Amino acid sequence: MADGDTQVPKMDDPLQVPCIKPGSMDGLQPFLASPEHQEALGFPGELVPDWKERTLAKMDEMAKKNRAFQVYLDICVKCGACTDKCHYFLGTADPKNMPVARQDLLRSVYRRYFTFAGKYFPWLVGARDLTEDVLKEWYSYYHQCSECRRCSVFCPYGIDTAEITMAARDILAEVGMGQKYSNEILGKVHTVGNNLGLNPKALGATLEDLEEDIEDETGVSVRIPLDEKGADILLVTPSADFFAEPHIDGLIGYAKVFHQAGVSWTVSSYASEAANFGLFIGNYENMRLVSQRIRKAAKDLGVKRIIFGECGHAWRVAYSFLNTLAGPWDFLDPNYPVPQHILDFTWKEIQKGTLTLDKSKNDHMTLTYHDSCNVARASRIGDYAGSQFEIPRNVIKAVCNNFVDMDQDTIHESTLCCGGGGGLLTDDLMDLRVKGAAPRMTAVQQVTESHGVSHMAAICAICKTQFSKVMPKYGYDMDSIVSVHQLVSNAIILDGQETDDAE
Amino acid sequence: MGGVCVLSIIYALLFYAATILLVVGVGARIRKYATTPAPLKIPTTPAPITTQGVVWRMIREVLFFESLFKSNKWIWLFGWMFHMALWLIIIRHLRYTIPGNTPWLLDFLQPFGKYAGFAMILGLAGLWARRFLVDRVRYISSPSDHLILVLLIAIGLSGLSMTFVAKTDIVAVKAFMSGLWTFQINTLPASPLVFLHLGLVITLMIIFPISKLLHAPGLFFSPSRNQADNPREQRHIAPWAAELEK
Repeated sequence: MADGDTQVPKMDDPLQVPCIKPGSMDGLQPFLASPEHQEALGFPGELVPDWKERTLAKMDEMAKKNRAFQVYLDICVKCGACTDKCHYFLGTADPKNMPVARQDLLRSVYRRYFTFAGKYFPWLVGARDLTEDVLKEWYSYYHQCSECRRCSVFCPYGIDTAEITMAARDILAEVGMGQKYSNEILGKVHTVGNNLGLNPKALGATLEDLEEDIEDETGVSVRIPLDEKGADILLVTPSADFFAEPHIDGLIGYAKVFHQAGVSWTVSSYASEAANFGLFIGNYENMRLVSQRIRKAAKDLGVKRIIFGECGHAWRVAYSFLNTLAGPWDFLDPNYPVPQHILDFTWKEIQKGTLTLDKSKNDHMTLTYHDSCNVARASRIGDYAGSQFEIPRNVIKAVCNNFVDMDQDTIHESTLCCGGGGGLLTDDLMDLRVKGAAPRMTAVQQVTESHGVSHMAAICAICKTQFSKVMPKYGYDMDSIVSVHQLVSNAIILDGQETDDAE
Repeated sequence: MGGVCVLSIIYALLFYAATILLVVGVGARIRKYATTPAPLKIPTTPAPITTQGVVWRMIREVLFFESLFKSNKWIWLFGWMFHMALWLIIIRHLRYTIPGNTPWLLDFLQPFGKYAGFAMILGLAGLWARRFLVDRVRYISSPSDHLILVLLIAIGLSGLSMTFVAKTDIVAVKAFMSGLWTFQINTLPASPLVFLHLGLVITLMIIFPISKLLHAPGLFFSPSRNQADNPREQRHIAPWAAELEK
């Protein structure tokens, strides 16, 4: 398929199930990591000669170290409940993008070498030999999964394809077939501290520019402190917030909220990244190393609290794994959750009444909200189950007059992935990204038709970037995707701010 | 013992072997699941925040197939019908394996189990039909997925035949089955249906620990369902991961 002229799937309904089209996404694959990017993460530079032995040894090791891997490979009954739940299947019709079939790419090998039935009756149980073609197939289809966990919600045993995808990617990297996009970025985090490779000086200059922008716009001096020792709060946010649209407007929103709340806070140049692509490549050690940077920054700066900015998978790693990977956090203030989500902070401030909000500033938009997969299905924001759905909506409704939810079957725990998560946000997978976004975009189109929705808000850096790229393919402007804190920023009236009336 | 036919002896030995394989095999698997660490907290959220909540979530999954209900009403209908009928049938069959008189509760459930056989066949037939009729499910089905359904349907049909078509000497069957507890081998009725039915059940017992039937114990060890959502409150760390901190 030629680049750039992807057929945008036509769907009557966001969850319309296509007839299977075997082979329709065969051969699609992201660029392989170069030897340099592989070795920087401790992986071999290229496919090792003994790839077969090492693949099987790695599978054996995973079965011993990770219960999910062992149990999920054993217990699938092929009931078919997950077959129509993956947005990539809905958008591509390739049957290998059905969650169970994706798992089976690896399960078939597991059965062949690790189970009685597969060793002696491979034809009976769909077991197959491990060949180089199998590795290539893994590389292709395990990079057509965004690890969004939608299938896991609907599986009667909770089998999470994301776990299998992560395991497969980890195995591939270990035998020399890592993915360029994720591994190159991880290398930058390990050396510089963020995905972009922004050094402290450049970061400082960027933040100063932003402070000037806010002052120009509002007449109020709002600080975005960097590496300020003794600050109470360490803000860890995706580095996209420092430069990309609409992310940067979200960062301005956090700064305004902190300013009005009167708290002292800082960004760290050493841990200037919330994203943790160690999750995407399924590698515990890399994920741990990235997380440890946050611990070191928190200690060096002497902060009392950690707050995370808007990012989906980063929040999963932060909320669900940070205590495991970089805890215990006994040196922080126990009165606050570690870490806390920025929306939890902002919502509490709204409830306290510390923010002056003018909802009409967002009246030029009718909004809907996209639940990011990792926030929806792999974490929580507030102190009760399901608060990850309510708090962002509460904040949006507090700062906007026009809000409409999409089809119930496409939000909350059933939310559809943006199509670019899980390490797939790279141009070499654009065809997949456009097709994978089709179910979500169809749901957006429905509320545009029924309620005139013009914009969609999100709290994930990847969702924001993905949508700003793919929404134009579906007839929207690229700035139809907004940060939730961008809406907050629009509505907030800072103390001493020049308002329109005063001009 | 001289009058006991050879087939009865063979079946008795097969039952002993199958029971050992089932208990040891499933036990070993459960041990493996229980001792393999889950390195990270990965409950599918929204998830219960407390252990009590997790127990309730698990009960809903086991009794009502909650996630499957959310997913697909047809699979739920057929699957739930089959599994619940199977429970009733297993309970009903206890009467034929327990020596002597059975508790009143079992006697009370007996007629329900009798007709549950039809529900079981219906559920299984529905599940099997999906493997042919739905292109997605056809794609993911291996021969073993079909054969397990065939096996269960054959067990059901042979059992129903003995209840409703060609009645077997159930007293003799009970004597055989309940005798096995005390290593007495009594003679089975010379009915091909009895030998077919019991042979298929023995097959099911043997393949249980080496097949997807492991989903039964496995569900309880699924981290996305059995973990409480409390990672910030309680530090969770696998032993091998703790080693990295040293």
